[in-house]
Amino acid sequence: MIAELGRYLIALALLASLVQMFVAWRGADLGGRNAYARAGKAASEIAVLAAGVAMVLLIASFLRSDFSIAYVAANSSIEKPFAYKIAASWGGHEGSMLLWCLILALFGYGLARSGPRDDGLRSRAVSFQGLLQTLFFGFLAFASNPFERVSPVPLQGAELNPILQDPLLVIHPPMLYVGYVGLSTAFAIAAAGLMQKTPGRILAAALRPWALGAWTALTAGIALGAFWAYYELGWGGWWFWDPVENASFMPWLLGAALIHSSIATEKRGAFPGWTVFLALLAYILSILGAFLVRSGVITSVHAFALDPERGVWILGMLGVSAVAGFLLFALRAGSLGEGDGFEPTSKEALIGANNLLLAATSGVVLIGTLYPMLLEMMGGATISVGAPYFNAAATPLLLIAALLMPLAPFLPWANGGLKNGVSQMRAALMLIPVAAVVIAFLFAGATPLAVIGGAIGVWALCGAVMDLGQFLPVAMARGQKLMVIGRVMAHAGVGFIALGAAADASRPPDQNVALAPGETVSIAGRELRLDGVSRADGPNYMADRARIVVDEGEGGVMSPERRFYAVANQTTREVALKSSIAGDLYVSVGEARLRSDGTTAFETRVAFHPLVWSLSLGAVFIVLGGALALTGRLRAHAPVVQRDRATKPAEAV
Amino acid sequence: MKALILALALAAQSASSIGGLPEEEEARAQALMREVRCMVCSGESILDSNAAQAQDMRRFVREQVAQGADDDAVREALVQRFGYAVLMRPPMDSNTLLLWAAPIVFLALGGGLLITSMRKRPKKA
Repeated sequence: MIAELGRYLIALALLASLVQMFVAWRGADLGGRNAYARAGKAASEIAVLAAGVAMVLLIASFLRSDFSIAYVAANSSIEKPFAYKIAASWGGHEGSMLLWCLILALFGYGLARSGPRDDGLRSRAVSFQGLLQTLFFGFLAFASNPFERVSPVPLQGAELNPILQDPLLVIHPPMLYVGYVGLSTAFAIAAAGLMQKTPGRILAAALRPWALGAWTALTAGIALGAFWAYYELGWGGWWFWDPVENASFMPWLLGAALIHSSIATEKRGAFPGWTVFLALLAYILSILGAFLVRSGVITSVHAFALDPERGVWILGMLGVSAVAGFLLFALRAGSLGEGDGFEPTSKEALIGANNLLLAATSGVVLIGTLYPMLLEMMGGATISVGAPYFNAAATPLLLIAALLMPLAPFLPWANGGLKNGVSQMRAALMLIPVAAVVIAFLFAGATPLAVIGGAIGVWALCGAVMDLGQFLPVAMARGQKLMVIGRVMAHAGVGFIALGAAADASRPPDQNVALAPGETVSIAGRELRLDGVSRADGPNYMADRARIVVDEGEGGVMSPERRFYAVANQTTREVALKSSIAGDLYVSVGEARLRSDGTTAFETRVAFHPLVWSLSLGAVFIVLGGALALTGRLRAHAPVVQRDRATKPAEAV
Repeated sequence: MKALILALALAAQSASSIGGLPEEEEARAQALMREVRCMVCSGESILDSNAAQAQDMRRFVREQVAQGADDDAVREALVQRFGYAVLMRPPMDSNTLLLWAAPIVFLALGGGLLITSMRKRPKKA
C-alpha cells in the first residue's frame, strides 16, 4: 500500500511540475502578477509536498524492512542499524534520485516564494525550474522508480554496501545534492533573464545569492566526501581525481567562478554574457556529473547503479537542458548589455583572471575525465588518465589563481591600482612567513610543486589577514561587513587547503608491513607496536580489532578494525587516526597471514599525514565564509523595515 | 611555527628500512606505484589498492627498483605486459596531443575573451 501511494505521489509531483512549467510561463507572459503566476507557485507547493511525503514513505519502508520493494531489498537488511536504514534511503540510485527531485522541487518553491523581485522574471524562473523538475520527475517515474515491487518477496535484503555504512553517509549526499541541484536555480534565473531580456547587471544580482548558497553547500558536500574517503576507504588519501570526484569538482569550479564574476557584473556591468553563460553551464555540468556516475560509461570506485538505459535518459535530460539554455543564450545574449571595459590591474581584471583560471581548470578536468572514453570510441589506444595528469595539468592553474587571490580586494574597480594595492596589502611583510615556509618545506625534502603550493597557501593566508585588517575597521552599510568577513574567511580557507595539500604531498612514504603481535614499525619518529588482536563484533558485522601502542604508550593506543559484513559478503577496513598539530598518524589493518615459522602476522598500513588538519580547517573556513557572505548579502538586500525607513531613507537603496 | 613543526616531524623520521628496501629506494618505488594503475580495480593506483594483483605488481616494482632499474625501465616493463592503460600519467604522443594541450588551449581561448572585454574602454567618465 505504501509503495502504491509512493508511486502515485511521484506521478503527482511530475504532473504538478508540468503544470508549474506551463502556468508560470503564461503568468510571466502576462507580467508575472496574476492568477497564472500564483497558480504556478501553488503547483510548486504541490510538487514539494508530494515529493516530500514520497521521501518519508520511502524512509518508512526502509525502517519497516519492506523487502517487497525492490529498492529496499537491494539496499537494506533487517539487522542494519537504525540510522543506516534511514541513510540507505538515499544510498542507491533510485532513492538518491528521489532526493535529487525533492531538492529540485524545494528550490522551485524557494524561487516562487523569494526569487527575483521582478514579478515577470520570477515567474519565468519558476517556469524554467518547472521544466527541470519535469525532466527529473519523469526520469524518476519512468526509469528509476524507488517504489517498484519485487516478486517473489525476499526474506532478507541484500544489505547496503558496507563502505557506505558510516555516519557521514547520513549527511554527505544530501549536502552534495543541495549543492548540485541548487545550481539549477542559477540556471533557471539565467534562462528566465534571457527570455525576459533582463539587463545583465540586474540578472547577476538576482542569481548571485542562489549561486552562492548552492556553491557553499556543494563545498561542504565535497569536503565531507573527501573526509569520508580519507578515513573510511582506508587508502589514506582524500582526493584521487576519480571520475566521480571530478564530476562534482567541475560544477564546483564553475560555481566558484560564477560567484566572483557575478560580483563584477552586478557592481560594474562587466562580463554580463560570461556570467549568464556560467550560470547555465554550471548546472549542465551537474547533470553531466550525474550521467557519468550513473550510466556506467566510466568506471569508478564510486560508481553506482550502472545502467546504460538510464544513461540514455540522463543524456536526454542533459540535451534538453543544454539546448534550451544555450539556444536562448545564442538568441538573446545581446540584450544583456556590455561592460565599460577596465584596466589590466583593476578588480575586474583580477576577477576575470580568476574566472579564466577556474574555468580552464574545469575544462582540463572535463577533458581528462572524458578523454580515455572518447579516445577509445574513436578507435585510438586504451589509456588511463589519473592523478598524475591532473596534478600536472590542473593544479598549477589553481595555484596561479590562489597566488593572485589576495591582491583582488585591494584593487579599485575599473582603474589600475597595482602599486597602491601592493603597498596597502603590505606584500613585502607577507614575504617573511612565505619564505619561512619555503625553507621548512625544502628542509623536509618536498617536491618543487609542494614547495610552491605551501608558499602560495601561506601567501593566501597572510593576504586574508591583511584584507581583514584593512577593511574590517571601515564603516559600511548594513550587511557589508559580514560580506567582508565572509570573503576573508573563504580566501583564508583556500590558503589552508593549499598549505595542507602541499604538506600532505610531502609526507614520508607510507609503510605496508606484516606485523605479528609484539613487532614494531616506525614512521615519522614514532614507534608503533602491535600489542594484539581481539574480536569486536558489531550489530551486522564481525570484526578483528588490533591494539596498537604508540611510543610504548606515551603516544596513546590506536584501534583499527577489519570488519566482515556477512550479508554483503564484503570486508572493510576501519582506520584508526591519531591527530596532533603536526599531523595525523594513520593505521589500518588488513588480512592475517600465517608465516612459515607459525606466527600470524597482520597486514598493516601505517602512514603519517602532516598538517592534515589544515585541509579540514580550510574546508570549514570556506563553508563558513560562504554562509556569512550569503547572510550579509541577504541582510544588505532585505527590504528595510518601516521604522528604519522613517529615520534614514537614503540607506534603503 | 606550523611549518617548523612540519619540518621537524618530517626530518625526525628514522632511517629504518622497509620491506627490504632502503628508504630512498622505497620512496622511489612508492612514487612509481602511485602512477601505476591496478588493472583489475577501477581507477586505483597499485599503491592504494588491496587487490591481489596490486600486491603482485607492487612486489614486481620493488624487485625492479632493488635491481637498480630506472623509472622508465620499470614503466616500460609494465607497459609491455599490460598496455598503456597501466600508466596513470598518459604518455605524450599523437594520441594524447589534445589532452596535454588542453590547459594551453583553454587559457588561450579564455585569455582572448578576457582581453577583448578589457579593451572596450574608450569613454572615460
